[in-house]
Formats: sequence, C-alpha cells, structure tokens
Amino acid sequence: MDKLVIADKEFNSRLLVGTGKFASCEIMAEALEKSGTEIVTVALRRVDIENKNDDMLRTIDVKKYLLLPNTSGARDADEAVRLSKLARAATGINWVKLEVTPDPYYLLPDPVETLEAAKILIKEGFVVLPYINADPVLAKKLEDVGTSTVMPLASPIGSNQGLKTREALEIIIEQANVPVVVDAGLGLPSHAADAMEMGADAVLVNTAIATAGEPGRMAAAFKLAVEAGRTAYIAGAAVAGKRASASSPLTGFLRNNKEK
Amino acid sequence: MNSVKTILAQKGLDGDGEFWQGRFNQINGRDVERALRSPAGIYSLEKLLALVSPAAEDYLEEMAQAARQLTIQRFGRTIRLYAPLYLSNYCVNSCLYCGFNKDNKSERRRLTIEQAVEEANIIASEGFRDILLVSSEDRKFISIDYLCELAGRLRSKFSSISIEVYQMSTAEYAKLFDAGIEGVTLYQETYNRRAYSYYHPSGPKSDYDNRLDTAGRIAAAGMREIGLGALLGLKDWRLETLALGEHAHYLIKRYWQSHVSFSFPRLRPAENVDSSKFSLLPDKNLVQMIIALRLCFADAGLVLSTRERAELREHLIEVGVTKMSAGSKTSPGGYSQPKSAIEQFEIDDTRSPAQVVEMIKANGFDAVWKDWDSAFVERK
Repeated sequence: MDKLVIADKEFNSRLLVGTGKFASCEIMAEALEKSGTEIVTVALRRVDIENKNDDMLRTIDVKKYLLLPNTSGARDADEAVRLSKLARAATGINWVKLEVTPDPYYLLPDPVETLEAAKILIKEGFVVLPYINADPVLAKKLEDVGTSTVMPLASPIGSNQGLKTREALEIIIEQANVPVVVDAGLGLPSHAADAMEMGADAVLVNTAIATAGEPGRMAAAFKLAVEAGRTAYIAGAAVAGKRASASSPLTGFLRNNKEK
Repeated sequence: MNSVKTILAQKGLDGDGEFWQGRFNQINGRDVERALRSPAGIYSLEKLLALVSPAAEDYLEEMAQAARQLTIQRFGRTIRLYAPLYLSNYCVNSCLYCGFNKDNKSERRRLTIEQAVEEANIIASEGFRDILLVSSEDRKFISIDYLCELAGRLRSKFSSISIEVYQMSTAEYAKLFDAGIEGVTLYQETYNRRAYSYYHPSGPKSDYDNRLDTAGRIAAAGMREIGLGALLGLKDWRLETLALGEHAHYLIKRYWQSHVSFSFPRLRPAENVDSSKFSLLPDKNLVQMIIALRLCFADAGLVLSTRERAELREHLIEVGVTKMSAGSKTSPGGYSQPKSAIEQFEIDDTRSPAQVVEMIKANGFDAVWKDWDSAFVERK
C-alpha cells in the first residue's frame, strides 16, 4: 500500500490504535500485533511515563511501534502543554496527540484551547496531532499554525456510532494539506473502510477493538478494512446512483443516428 | 437554573415522598421495558423511576445485561483501585449511625502528618496510586492546613489524591485543589429532611441545606471528581436513588467540567451502633440501584468499598462498578497497627489488594492502579 507520511516519517499502516479499555496488557499486545499498526497512542494519565517498568509501557515494543503520548483528561491548554512537556522530558518523544476535553462525559474536544495549545507546543518543537471536532475551519487554522495532522472525530469517542460527521469530514479531507486521521467513534471495520474510501489518510481505533469479544481478531478485521478502504479510494470508486441505468439512455440514439 | 434545594423541594424528593410511593406502585412491566429501550445511559427522572420500581425487580437480568454492555463500552474491561487512609476519628458531630459519633466513649486517635505519611507508604507499597484521605469532623485536629501539607507530602507517591472529610467553603476547597487534591466525596446520607435532622441531631453536619449545597461548592472550586451517595439503610432506597439522580443531573448540567461518581455505602454494624434500628438494604436492591444508575448515567463512576463481601463485589464487577477499594483499614493507624482504634464500620471483604487484583483478572478485567496524573494541574 502507498505510505502514510506524517511529519516526514513514513508508515506502511494507516491504522492507529489506542491502548485504553483492554482487559489485560497481554490482550492489548496481541491486538496491536494483529492490527499491523505502527502508531500506538497511550494516555499519559494512565501510565507512569517515568517508570520503564510500567505494565502498559513495558508491553509496547517501541522498536516496532511509534509511541504517541496523548493528553487525554486535560481540561485546558495549560494542562495539555504541561503534560506534553513532562512526557517529553521523561521519554524524549516529541510527538503528542493533543486532546483537550473539558467535558468529562462526551469528551468532546475544546476548539479554542486545542488551537492555543497547538500554537505553544509547535513553538516548543513538538510534532502535534490534534484531536478535534469535525470542524473544517478549525482544521485549516490548525494546519496554518503547523500541526502535522488533523484528527477529526467521526462521532463521540467510545460511542461506536460510525461516521456521524460525514459531511464535515468530506470538507476537511477536500481542503486539507496535512494527513486527516479520522479519530473516535468508529465502531466497526465497515466504518473504518468507509472513512478510508472517503479519502481519509488514516483512522484511529480503540474502543471497538478493546471491547470486542475477541480483540485480536477484531484488530485483524480493522487492518483488512483499512487496507480495503484505502485501495478502493486509490482505485477510484464508481459513482453510485439510485437506479440502474442503461449505458446511455439520453444519447444512445446518436450512435445509430444516420445524420442526413 | 434552579438550585438543587429548589429542584428537590418542587419534585417532592426531600420529604417522605407519598406522591412517589404511589408512582412506584403504578409502574408496570411495560414501563420498565420502555425505560430499557430508551437511549442507554441518558438520564430522565421517569426512566430512573421505572428502573428502581418494584416492577423492575422482575427485569434485573435484562437490566444487568444492558448495564454491563454500556459499562464495557464506556470504561472498557477495567476496574480502578483505590485505598482509604483514615486520619482521625475525633468528631464534633453525633450522627446516630456512625462509630465516630462524639458521644461514643471509645478511644480516639489522630495521626500526625508523619504517621499519616507512614500509613500512606504502606498503601503505596501495595501498589496503590489513588488514595482517599478520610476523616471525621474536628477542625482542631484535621485542619485545612493539615490536609494541604499532607497532600504535598503524598503527591510524589500518588497520582490521584481525594478526600472524604467534613464540608467546607468554596475557598477552602480551592485551597485543597491547589495543594494537589482533585476529588471530594461527600454523601448527603439521606435526602429526606426530617430523617436528616433525626440522624444528625447536633454539630455542623446537622444543617441539611448546607450539606446539600456542598457538592456545588466542590465543583465551583474546580475539583475534577465529586462523589455522591446516600447511606443505604436510613430511608427508602428507591426514593433516595431518585434524589441522587436529580442531584447528579443538576451538578452535571450546572458544573459541566466536574465528573460525578456514585458510592453505595450500605449501613454495616459498627461499634456502639444499634443496627437493629435500621432497615438494611437487601443485595437484590443494591444491585438494582447500581444497575439503574448506570443505565441513567453512562459515564458516572460507580464506586464500591470493602464494606461489601467478597463474593458480592466479584459479581458487581460485571454489572457496572468501575472503582473499588481493596485491603482497606477503617481506623486511623490501621495499616501499620491493626486494631489500633475504633473503626468507622466493619470491613467485610478482608482480602489483600493482591488477592483483589487476582479476582479482577480472573473475571477478565484489568486492575488499573493509575488513571490520573498529578501533573495535570499546576500546584502552588
């Protein structure tokens, strides 16, 4: 498959995977393996970033995966920036998945604080991948300040509802000059394939894999779906119509028409 | 927006609830089925009414299945662990159900900061990163400054520090928040005004309205987590659950940045407390209450202490509980010197933290020690 490029780094997989909600680190490790992912996001709140023996961190092979810390739980720009800096100081990783979610229920991203945090972090030398609502103007503003992707949500995080923001995602994809990673709300492999067919550069999946009956098998299904969707996008989809059509009902007569 | 006091008064949820008793008895199976078909995890008083009604007792399995599915979707297959650290049992209140009642002549104890740190070290060595500081009410012994200083000493060992102590002003909560405390648990005990006055005959805690307003002050001070609860066994649990639902709903709408959790303290035998005076809640209804709240509040934390017995705790993991204590000692100094002073209540699940972790894993869940980071908030 063609490569995904984020901030000059190349990836063969277009499926990013989150590490929350798994029943054990072993099950998580198996799911990561079967997903074929190369980018794994970890909530800084969940791990002891300074402790190399942290259960979760120990399970993630950093030679195989790019570890992408996220600021999940941050309520404003200050908190997200502080957390990112601590993570960088502890690990040397300067990539961050920026999440600013002041509402603890739907965990919807705060556009104002996210843009503010992105500006500061980019000035501080971070590679910033911001989680946002599917807001095309915000996506352009973030791109303008130098984020390396935009990560609009398909539906509220963990909701498994699929592409509820389709119309706005289409605009974001059309306008973006950075990779668009559809993040949050993808509940089924078909949702992921759908996003990839639309032209998303990648997707991020967590809940749908972690809480599946068999996370490893579901991770493999998402891998196939992402590949299928990407391949279909490149192949150029046939245009869908509402009814079957003869090959040229309006102009067919021209072929037989003996012009006089 | 009306105050919670007005909301409860207007809906008749701060009294004996004759109206609601009538409504409970009118609910039938169809109403319960309708509540079960409504969007999972979204609150309405009517829905909660149906789910805690006597008629819903015939639907517990269906309710449990729905609650389990919703909890796994929202929280994953994880259970957070915490430990309580009892600081003092000196008290100026005389709550009739509590072992720390000031009229109780038993031995009192208060930990110095050094002693509290020593206890916390034991808790940390067991793996805990989430600690709940508990104290009865006597500001002479456990002052705001004491709590701030202790939080400062514990910050490097614990990623989450919360308190369950006496009620305070917004400014005092803000000071504690700045010192590194991010959550407050404060039970109303009972939402029934008359019963509240009866059970809390004297001391600062005897003011019902002040107690009721405290959760709002906690949120206004910026605290991330607010723990609500009613002491189960004082008054009709169905009515208490409706009042809890309204209280939580009010807080969530008004203080949208604070996360609400529920605890389920069931009255347990305690020293010098005559438990025959209380109507203890049967397991079946405790389960019903937990499930009903989950089906109304998809993302609320549901917290279970070691008051409950091991076997029941194991079953409750499957139906919606998200956070548990383990290996708890409920007397000040209890971790370093078992049986050092009177306990607030008797522990039923006496297993060690390691045994509880094993139990959680055996049920296909991950035991999560850390799900917060003290680095989120800049501390002074």
